[in-house]
Amino acid sequence: MTRFLLKRIGQAVVVIFFVTVIVFLLLHSVPGGPAHGILGPKASPQAIAEFNREHGFDKSLVQQYWAYLNELFHGDLGESYTLNQSVASLIGQRIPKTLVLTGLSTLVALAVAIPLGVWQARRRKGLADYAVTTVVFVGYATPVFFLALVLVIVFTQKTQLLPPQAPQTQSIAGLFADSRALILPVLAGAIATIAAFSRYMRSAVLDNLAEDYVRTARAKGASERRVVWLHIMRNSLTPIVAMLGYYLPVLFSGALVIESVFNYPGMGLLFWNAAQTSDYPILLGAVLVIALATVIGSLLADIVQALIDPRVRGTIK
Amino acid sequence: MSLSAPVAAEPQPVRVAGSYRRMATLFFANRLAVTGLVILAALLVFCFLGPLIHHTDQTHTNLSAANLSPGTGGHLLGTDDVGHDVLGRLMIGGQTSLEIGVAAGLLATLIGTVWGAISGYAGGWLDALMMRVVDAGIAIPALFLLLVTATILRPTVGVQILIIGCVSWLVPARLVRAEALSLRSRDYVQAMKAMGGSHRRAVFRHIIPNAIGTVVVNATFQVADAILLIAYVSFLGLGVPPPKTDWGGMLSKGISYTYDGYWWLIFPAGVAIVLVVCAFNAIGDGLRDSFEVRLEGR
Repeated sequence: MTRFLLKRIGQAVVVIFFVTVIVFLLLHSVPGGPAHGILGPKASPQAIAEFNREHGFDKSLVQQYWAYLNELFHGDLGESYTLNQSVASLIGQRIPKTLVLTGLSTLVALAVAIPLGVWQARRRKGLADYAVTTVVFVGYATPVFFLALVLVIVFTQKTQLLPPQAPQTQSIAGLFADSRALILPVLAGAIATIAAFSRYMRSAVLDNLAEDYVRTARAKGASERRVVWLHIMRNSLTPIVAMLGYYLPVLFSGALVIESVFNYPGMGLLFWNAAQTSDYPILLGAVLVIALATVIGSLLADIVQALIDPRVRGTIK
Repeated sequence: MSLSAPVAAEPQPVRVAGSYRRMATLFFANRLAVTGLVILAALLVFCFLGPLIHHTDQTHTNLSAANLSPGTGGHLLGTDDVGHDVLGRLMIGGQTSLEIGVAAGLLATLIGTVWGAISGYAGGWLDALMMRVVDAGIAIPALFLLLVTATILRPTVGVQILIIGCVSWLVPARLVRAEALSLRSRDYVQAMKAMGGSHRRAVFRHIIPNAIGTVVVNATFQVADAILLIAYVSFLGLGVPPPKTDWGGMLSKGISYTYDGYWWLIFPAGVAIVLVVCAFNAIGDGLRDSFEVRLEGR
């Protein structure tokens, strides 16, 4: 187990190194470089040269990368070109709201997808299974923005049941205070992931149904209900845990789209606005934070999986 | 051994041809896959042959005919906010979506296949290093990367193809690497190397051709994903510049008129995206099933 942990953490560190290299190179290929961003596009060549010398942008690529890494270690992601604020504090303000959005949508999605997957697996190749599979198939192909628009049309334009815009607030408490406005963004995020989650759950349950322990439990006289909802369900959750870790990039991409549709004040909206104004420090700071979250997320998912599943633990060397 | 070898060698080509025919039979017996193929064919005809029958002006704006509802003035699906006929726009928008999707999907498959085959065949530290690069790429969501590059480069069709191809090759790389790991220890690869064959020959003549099932199946899913990705980028306002458009871009313009009830600016493009992605996924599923059965027959 210790060897597995060390190896897995070592891998994650190498991955993070590559991520910082990619982000650094992107930052470096920005047209005009940081001097243009901060001094403005009409800055004189002398001012640009002065700025570059002052900030070390005239040094070699390796030296610059080293300086960049050093800043990262101190939590410095640079200054926004347009918002007069440090990128770290901007992201720090926005990320909790994005986590609330993705967290709630994921919880709703799991609450629907897990029972749905179990239910489907038990009716495998039945009419109900085919019907749900078809819906899931179409759901999987539907872009989140189209889904969000359909929700807006149905719930705000046609029926006026729900507000079309997410809560506009600075605080987390404010988000929950205006919970009616939270429903549509959360719903859009949830529906978008239910398709994939229920598909995973269905196949995990199907795999488990064929296992020996299921036959043993049945032979010992356990009720079908107990076998399915206690034994199979618990064992089928392991792949779901692993999948959640690797699903983080998809969840963040979904948040980007949903936040821009519903004007939800999270990191996705910050990123989208930064893309409109070419605010590269924000863009690449956000990319870095998301990539780090994903690497750490999948590392944790692997460790949790090894902890809760003795079979996985057994195969680890 | 020496006697039986030529006898065994003889029926080989027949069996291969037979297994492909069997695969085709299986594919066409799969109702979902055939439905996907029919939908895709219909969409291709609609987008590429449609403009030959349904002539519309998609370059010049005509504000006096803006936002007409379907059926008025001979516009079957109405017009958009600058007076373009929506039906005609759906056709040329579809051309962009399909061109970018197919080209980028194939490019991604190509890069991923070569990367994965080399990585799996090499093994050891090179494999570990190459796979960590893949992990790093997977950790950065393609959509975010695409938006960043779209602000650096002007997003023409060619640029979009290149960028989407270069950010979405990671999944095929992983899949092909897994195949290559098992293929490299096969007897025929070992025999070829013993006879002095080069690494390049091993990768391109033995590993990749034998992983072709995985590659082909994955390519269809890659195209579906690329079409979705381009729709997302365009929806977020960083797609191909006007007067060109694609389905995601059409929807993005339609969002401003949600409250005016101009449904024809939203639903046709949205449904078209869902249809084409469903079609490619269905074809991929069908191909995967028939490849699996073919391999079982071996």
